[in-house]
Amino acid sequence: MSDLLKRFTGWDVAVIAVLVLFVVVASATVDNFASARNLSFLVLDLAPVLLIALPMTLIIVTGEIDLSVASTLGLSSAVMGALWDGGMSIELIVVVCLVLGAVLGAVNGLFVTVFGLPSLAVTIGTLALYRGLALVVLGDAAVAQFPGTWTGWVIGGNAGIPNIVWPLLLLLVVFGVVLHATPFGRSLFVMGANKEAARFGGIRVARTTFWLYVVCGVVSALAGILWTLRYSSARADNGSGLELAVVAAVLLGGVSIFGGRGTLWGVLGGVTLLAALQNALRLADVSNEALTVVTGLLLIISVLAPNAVGAIRSAASRRRPPGGAATSPAPPDPPAPASSPPVQSDPSSSPAVRSS
Amino acid sequence: MSAPSSTHEQGHRAPASRVALALRARELGIVIALVALVAVTAVVNPRFLSAQSLRDLVLGAAILIVLAVGQTVVIITRNIDLSVGSVLGLSAYAVGSLLQANPGLPIVAAVLVGLAFGAVLGLVNGALVRFGNVPALVVTLGTLYVYRGVAFFWAGGQQINADELPRGFLGFGTATVLGVPWLLVIAVVVVLATGYFLRNQRSGRELYAMGSDPAAARLVGIPVGRRTLAAFTFSGALAGLAGVLFAARFGTIDAAAGNGYELNVVAAAVVGGVAVFGGSGTVYGAAIGALLLTTIGSALPVLGIDQFWQQAIVGALILLAIGTDKAVAARVAARLRKESSRV
Repeated sequence: MSDLLKRFTGWDVAVIAVLVLFVVVASATVDNFASARNLSFLVLDLAPVLLIALPMTLIIVTGEIDLSVASTLGLSSAVMGALWDGGMSIELIVVVCLVLGAVLGAVNGLFVTVFGLPSLAVTIGTLALYRGLALVVLGDAAVAQFPGTWTGWVIGGNAGIPNIVWPLLLLLVVFGVVLHATPFGRSLFVMGANKEAARFGGIRVARTTFWLYVVCGVVSALAGILWTLRYSSARADNGSGLELAVVAAVLLGGVSIFGGRGTLWGVLGGVTLLAALQNALRLADVSNEALTVVTGLLLIISVLAPNAVGAIRSAASRRRPPGGAATSPAPPDPPAPASSPPVQSDPSSSPAVRSS
Repeated sequence: MSAPSSTHEQGHRAPASRVALALRARELGIVIALVALVAVTAVVNPRFLSAQSLRDLVLGAAILIVLAVGQTVVIITRNIDLSVGSVLGLSAYAVGSLLQANPGLPIVAAVLVGLAFGAVLGLVNGALVRFGNVPALVVTLGTLYVYRGVAFFWAGGQQINADELPRGFLGFGTATVLGVPWLLVIAVVVVLATGYFLRNQRSGRELYAMGSDPAAARLVGIPVGRRTLAAFTFSGALAGLAGVLFAARFGTIDAAAGNGYELNVVAAAVVGGVAVFGGSGTVYGAAIGALLLTTIGSALPVLGIDQFWQQAIVGALILLAIGTDKAVAARVAARLRKESSRV
């Protein structure tokens, strides 16, 4: 019970509370914010970030990162354009692009697991490589005129609900269940908390990491397809810089960059909060620059605040004498107050993995 | 305290020189790549080695080199500074508007203002990392946005044009001393001074120790927090300096100046053999890496290769570089293990 309670009093819940508050205030003060038309735009705007944020959350939870996602999106868009220009059928193109995404993800995964290279460096490399290949494929050309039924479906809706909500919801539920309700999901948290322990606990760390990158590649390619269809324009620079927005949204949602901690509903809150902010500021005629500053500040606050709360909480528990041992247990690890929450969640997760 | 540290020293000296040797070989590798690239390009089109084209090349490289040096110092401490492009843009705009208002300002003053401005921005990064206990990747990702946004606010859609800047300042962007462009002289001085500091000064060595093992560094009494603060301030100051060089070189400055540079800078350092997880690499390597990336950019059109290939080649180079470093490190580690088992 207290475990459940703890689960719902973290930063992720704070983000969702801020989001709700923001939506209420914005609906009341910003004209047209709450209109159905605007909300469907909002959903379309947040779709690519949310899509990529799903596998990105899993990857960051294991303590790795993938900065190549936006380049994968761009390459998939460029290939889509080139193939459509070459006369291939759209159904086949979609399949080719998804397979391409899997391959690009697998390349990342290979470098990270088989060669044992740091994922940050590898994906900075593939960030440049994949975007470069997108430029090679399509240059600075743009391909338009995708079939109207497809582009119409992506931007269309039924009874006020945009069509794109359904695949998003489906993936959200799938990723949510996998991360929070399966032994596999628990094992991701264990990997993030302590890779060595995870390995000794019988988790196939390398294999899991590899497949996470493959999934991330596929989802990024899917985001590329949706992006292309939404704007009906395939360009090599589509989604350029989106990786930073995705990482920012995931961290804003309370996922620890060190791994081992985070929830998907927090990420959903983070992604939606950023998109809603952007949308409301735009409607209120506040310049895009304001949003850049706000995004950056939110990101910094989102990592500072839990640390500050943790420091205050640990200071408070040190002052309170729980059965005599008041001050003695504190000294051993003062340098890392931030890392105590994942350690707390660790013992609860590893038995679950072992028992399965 | 003294006894264990002395045995540590003795046990460490021989392998350290071997590691240094491996690293030197690492830099030799990039030099060979650079020379080969220049040679092939020059054979295809001798005009590639003309004074004019060489000068354009080094002017472009100088800015990247200055940024890469600052980045290297931060990466060595196992941190990263993604905000350098934004710091460059903000300080270029600051210096530009200062010169716009006071055309009589000496160039030295402009350079100092840029340095100081960048240092303050870097100090903010460092303070957040140190006191906020937040990973540098996140902090500098945040300040990347914040600084860029502030630049946009400040500029408000305006840009500073070359004709609004003092003639002397723009001349400085292309002027030479004994045939060498000033920008290159500044870059070389920055590289040599930083390289000397990192290699020969106690606090410089401590940066490597921090990067190798932050916890151990703290235990042996290295003021890790203060050094982190200093590294970020230094990187910010150099990004500010790069902003001044950028303003002098290009003349037109808008709020987007230096947008996306962070990728090139990190790429230059990584290609130059600076390990992303700290503890190894030199500013010389990073500088040659920056030179190599710039040379690729200007060699491709000469070689008749589509310019669209440039970014893909940079990406492949990064992967090749970290792969090579990993292989070298594995071999060195194996040799060290053999060494210590023999003893």
